[in-house]
Amino acid sequence: MERLVDVNMSKILQTEDFVSWSLRLGVYLAGGVVLLGLLLMFGTGRTGYGPDIFPTSAAAAINGALALKPAAIVSLGLMLLILTPVFRVTASIVLFLLERDWVFTVITSVVLLILLVGLIFGKAI
Amino acid sequence: MQLGSSLITLIFSILAGMIGAILGIGGGIVVIPALTLLIGVPIHEAIGAGLISVITTSSGAAITYVRDKITNIRIGMFLETATTLGALSGAFIAGLISPKALFIVFGLLMGYSAYNMFNKRNSETPAEVKEHPLAARLKLSGSYFDKSLNKQIDYKVAGVYPAYAVMYIAGVLSGVLGIGSGVFKVLGMDLFMKLPMKVSTATSNFMMGVTAAASAGVYFSRGDINPLVAGPVGIGVLVGAQAGTKIMQKLNNKTLRLLFIPILVWTALEMLWKGWSM
Repeated sequence: MERLVDVNMSKILQTEDFVSWSLRLGVYLAGGVVLLGLLLMFGTGRTGYGPDIFPTSAAAAINGALALKPAAIVSLGLMLLILTPVFRVTASIVLFLLERDWVFTVITSVVLLILLVGLIFGKAI
Repeated sequence: MQLGSSLITLIFSILAGMIGAILGIGGGIVVIPALTLLIGVPIHEAIGAGLISVITTSSGAAITYVRDKITNIRIGMFLETATTLGALSGAFIAGLISPKALFIVFGLLMGYSAYNMFNKRNSETPAEVKEHPLAARLKLSGSYFDKSLNKQIDYKVAGVYPAYAVMYIAGVLSGVLGIGSGVFKVLGMDLFMKLPMKVSTATSNFMMGVTAAASAGVYFSRGDINPLVAGPVGIGVLVGAQAGTKIMQKLNNKTLRLLFIPILVWTALEMLWKGWSM
């Protein structure tokens, strides 16, 4: 019985390290892109757009960032930041699957499903 | 936005990230008024930046809280099914119920909870909690190392059903009213699940990002997320949230609860005021 508890504890430890790691990856990547864009913006003194104009779609942000427009790079970073919770939920599903924790695989998949419906439904408004 | 106002934005965003990470709330409570009042940013862009603040606080603080097991990810994931469903159905429900009534009812409820929490101000960790059968089945109970008490704290989870209902309502609130959902989540976990205060705030923090991300697409395409405003907010909040996680772990649960009560009272008053003046 004691051994069983030990095995469970080490599993939980792995789960938590994995979720923490996936968030760290997403957040630092996104934060780095935002910071790069801001430094470029204040370094060159321009946004790459007219006053009060900035990307409002994923395509515009990506195209602008590829053209090295500072404001678009910031927008791209913010988009990545918005995606970090989605990334975290997706990573958790994979992990729960690997751990054969079916109940939590279903629970987490339901969260992802509702999240995606929200993102898609949201765009339709 | 000028370099000067960006620097000011950076400074109060650091503060927002710290408060958000410590108390399990999004930081919109600091970012939105500061942007509109100090910098003169239009309200819709301030709300968009507030959304970035919520997501950044959530993901940024969770890096540490999840690793240190202050966040209970099983509880978080389980309750997220309720909050996301609430947020989604909130969009439909919005047309059916009067926001005025919602604001007043929940304002009063939060005021009453502040009183309840004040009565509990002397309890450091919950004593003698009877584990709910569903909590046992889902292995929700947990354990973390408390850096202020310098010992391992084991805790059991009670009241799964009422907490689940509260989380659904918290989701609806974030969809319909736009304020107070972080505060409401902490309350649900504290009052019904009887978690240690640190676990409640960290887990609320963890859950917040998912609910916010679900609605972020709308804000982005509506042009509410201005990179010149939300960019400095994101960086500031990220720095502040990292610092906040270090501060929170050194606080004891009693202090954390005492810090939470004024936020609760403030949110209750804000809701009552909004409801009243509608």
